[in-house]
Amino acid sequence: MNFYAIRAIYLFEMARTWRTLLQSIVSPVISTSLYFVVFGAAIGSRISEINGISYGAFIVPGLVMLSLLTQSISNASFGIYFPKFVGTIYELLSAPVSYLEIVIAYVGAAASKSIILGVIILATAALFVPLQVQHPVWMLLFLVLTAVTFSLFGFIIGIWARSFEQLQLVPLLIVTPLTFLGGSFYSIDMLPPFWRTVSLFNPVVYLVSGFRWSFFGVSDVNVGISLGMTLVFLAACLAAVWWIFRTGWRIKV
Amino acid sequence: MIVMQPIISVSNLSKTYASGFSALKNINLDIRRGEIFALLGPNGAGKTTLISVICGIVNPTSGTVLADGHDIVRDYRAARTLIGLVPQELTTDAFETVWATVSFSRGLFGKPANPAHIEKILKDLSLWDKKDNKIITLSGGMKRRVMIAKALSHEPQILFLDEPTAGVDVELRRDMWEVVRLLRETGVTIILTTHYIEEAEQMADRVGVISHGEIILVEEKAELMRKLGRKQLTLQLQQPLEQVPPALSSHGLELSEDGNELIYTYDTQGERTGITALLKDLNDAGIRFRDLQTKQSSLEEIFVNLVSERR
Repeated sequence: MNFYAIRAIYLFEMARTWRTLLQSIVSPVISTSLYFVVFGAAIGSRISEINGISYGAFIVPGLVMLSLLTQSISNASFGIYFPKFVGTIYELLSAPVSYLEIVIAYVGAAASKSIILGVIILATAALFVPLQVQHPVWMLLFLVLTAVTFSLFGFIIGIWARSFEQLQLVPLLIVTPLTFLGGSFYSIDMLPPFWRTVSLFNPVVYLVSGFRWSFFGVSDVNVGISLGMTLVFLAACLAAVWWIFRTGWRIKV
Repeated sequence: MIVMQPIISVSNLSKTYASGFSALKNINLDIRRGEIFALLGPNGAGKTTLISVICGIVNPTSGTVLADGHDIVRDYRAARTLIGLVPQELTTDAFETVWATVSFSRGLFGKPANPAHIEKILKDLSLWDKKDNKIITLSGGMKRRVMIAKALSHEPQILFLDEPTAGVDVELRRDMWEVVRLLRETGVTIILTTHYIEEAEQMADRVGVISHGEIILVEEKAELMRKLGRKQLTLQLQQPLEQVPPALSSHGLELSEDGNELIYTYDTQGERTGITALLKDLNDAGIRFRDLQTKQSSLEEIFVNLVSERR
């Protein structure tokens, strides 16, 4: 195992975060705070409690997930796309590093950034609403699993993308709608039966539901199913990454 | 006699891209330990593809490459640890500092941090006073030096320089040649591709010529110059001639357009150059000259002849 290489890539990627602090950390925190002001205070005050939880507190896990998903994808996809774009990927390909080491370093850095961000958003949320975490270990597990899974997904997008437009395409057209329709701001029990069934095909529902359960002990779907679905998506991403490196798809000719 | 194992051994290497284009056709090439090997060839000949395959950036279609006995595919870690690459394009992390990017490269190649070594490289390449500068603020020549520093950061035994002085001014180019010579003195094997034939002529121990994906010649530079080089003797006449006198026709002389110069081309390899006989015949014909000069073909002329012969 080339630990020096993993460390070098990881620190290099993390250094980019500190260099672009405004974009990486401050910007998501500000937008999350705005969600709290709009949905929590302005609109939320007119919405009755959901499952005995105030609306302001109810949306916290969803908001953290929203940031976690989008930031994991964005961090990881940009991290691997940028060397492809500027040509510095030659160094990665000519270095004595295995594909596993490359993935550990890039995905590890992207997931770390997202987890840090998730924690900061939670701390910000605590300023707006009283928060309780009933199952902190599960909360941490969902936080890490989601960050890693969607960083892997972002890594795949970064390798697939051939332009900055494509890099934005999947997060914008697929992930954001799935997140908004995944129960971040409501319980899927509030939907008509048909749309509730449709929602069950949305993987984000399971992430939000599981994460929310770790806070309040109530969920739209069983926590075991949530964990299972997250692991299935993780496995699918791992399989895709393994295939990409085995074939050199869009990396090597 | 001990035969030293080549530091790079390329056997039956071919690369055909998905488009069907054959960039490399059954390449066989040995690079000797400690030499400076210049790979010459016109644009699109396959120089960069060959280097890219050896360095692991491009997958070979068939054939094998050994770097100090390590297969570049099966034993890629050991092989790649030995190799440093300075690519043709100036691809750098624009927002990183010189120190950070060179240190990153060392870590990437599996070496523990060694600030003293990085400092030495940066000083050798006259980059020390720029160590805290962001790469985006550097000139093209300085960026090229950063690329070399990155490639040397992990103390490679083999260094590939793909067009190392492209876009570099003359002074900097000569500085770079000096750096390459110093590296060779420390035992590093250097393989360079270049469009500047003067560069190969100045530095290389051996020259390989690649054209249309095939190695068409590998030769000691001096031997190549000797074998293929022709010499010309130019005689500047006291009185212009209208044509070469019949008595001198056996020498195959050329007359310049203004009739003031007679040009005699001879083979440096020949047992006899024919110069003595020519001078005697000139004297007998009463042709006097006021000056003479000889000129050896440059490597560039040899290269142009070689490639055009293959077309």
